[in-house]
Amino acid sequence: MKLFTRKPTPIECQKVVEIVTAYLEDALPARDRRRLEAHLAACPHCSGYLDQIRETIALTGSFEAEDLSLEALEDLTGIFRAWAADRA
Amino acid sequence: MSSVRVVNEPELLERLRARDEQAFATLVRDWSPSMLRLVRTYVSDRAAAEEVVQEAWLGVLQGIDRFEGRSSLKTWVYRILVNRAMTKGAREARSVPFATLAADEASADEPAVDPSRFTREGAWASPPRRWQDQPELALRSAETLATVRAAVETLPPMQRLVMTMRDLEGFDAEETRNALEISETNQRVLLHRARAKVRTALERHFGEADEAVHA
Repeated sequence: MKLFTRKPTPIECQKVVEIVTAYLEDALPARDRRRLEAHLAACPHCSGYLDQIRETIALTGSFEAEDLSLEALEDLTGIFRAWAADRA
Repeated sequence: MSSVRVVNEPELLERLRARDEQAFATLVRDWSPSMLRLVRTYVSDRAAAEEVVQEAWLGVLQGIDRFEGRSSLKTWVYRILVNRAMTKGAREARSVPFATLAADEASADEPAVDPSRFTREGAWASPPRRWQDQPELALRSAETLATVRAAVETLPPMQRLVMTMRDLEGFDAEETRNALEISETNQRVLLHRARAKVRTALERHFGEADEAVHA
């Protein structure tokens, strides 16, 4: 078997969209990773899809954090003091 | 991606156990904003969401003397938090373990992309259109963010949890599956499905924006 000259088996676009997460998680076996990267290099649609997944991740990460209200923080101080007194 | 601020955990843990109010106040100040953000994907009412965060902190105090440190303090706090959030967000009290819910959600056959978008050979028939062609303003507009938020909020509960832990709070795969006590495979499958659904919602949103421009 001519291992080093054989081209990787092509991978279909429909399969690519199912393994992008494993790819981003670095959880693909080396051989599948190479096949995927070869496909992405040649297929603008699939590399566009991967860009969209990355954009989706970035947008989800941009929700804003909010501080607790002062009342809630004061309640928590009370909760802490009751707990500390109880177990002292 | 934002993530919870790094703290010296062993020291904080010791101070908490010693009933050090300042240590508790620091932790509450640093971690509550992102905890509240996560809870609000389950409980949209602000006051009710704050209550969940408070209940989680109470649970932390009640459990701190028994905490064995097998996971990080942060992971353990979030485990308590997501349990409270799921209980509050569900119509009835949650009795099914996360692992069971996760296995259920992961077992259904859900393609990431509608199969009708591909040819019989599996090539794109209707490929995704580039979002980068959107004006930068539209890409990050309030409407776009509202679309993402609505899509995240309608994800099945475990998919929502995994995606918010990973992509919103910045936990890694191992921290996430430890906090939720789910398998490595299910963590990945749920994340995959969640991201695919939110992407689809965004695609629809940008598609409508394009139509509006060309109408």
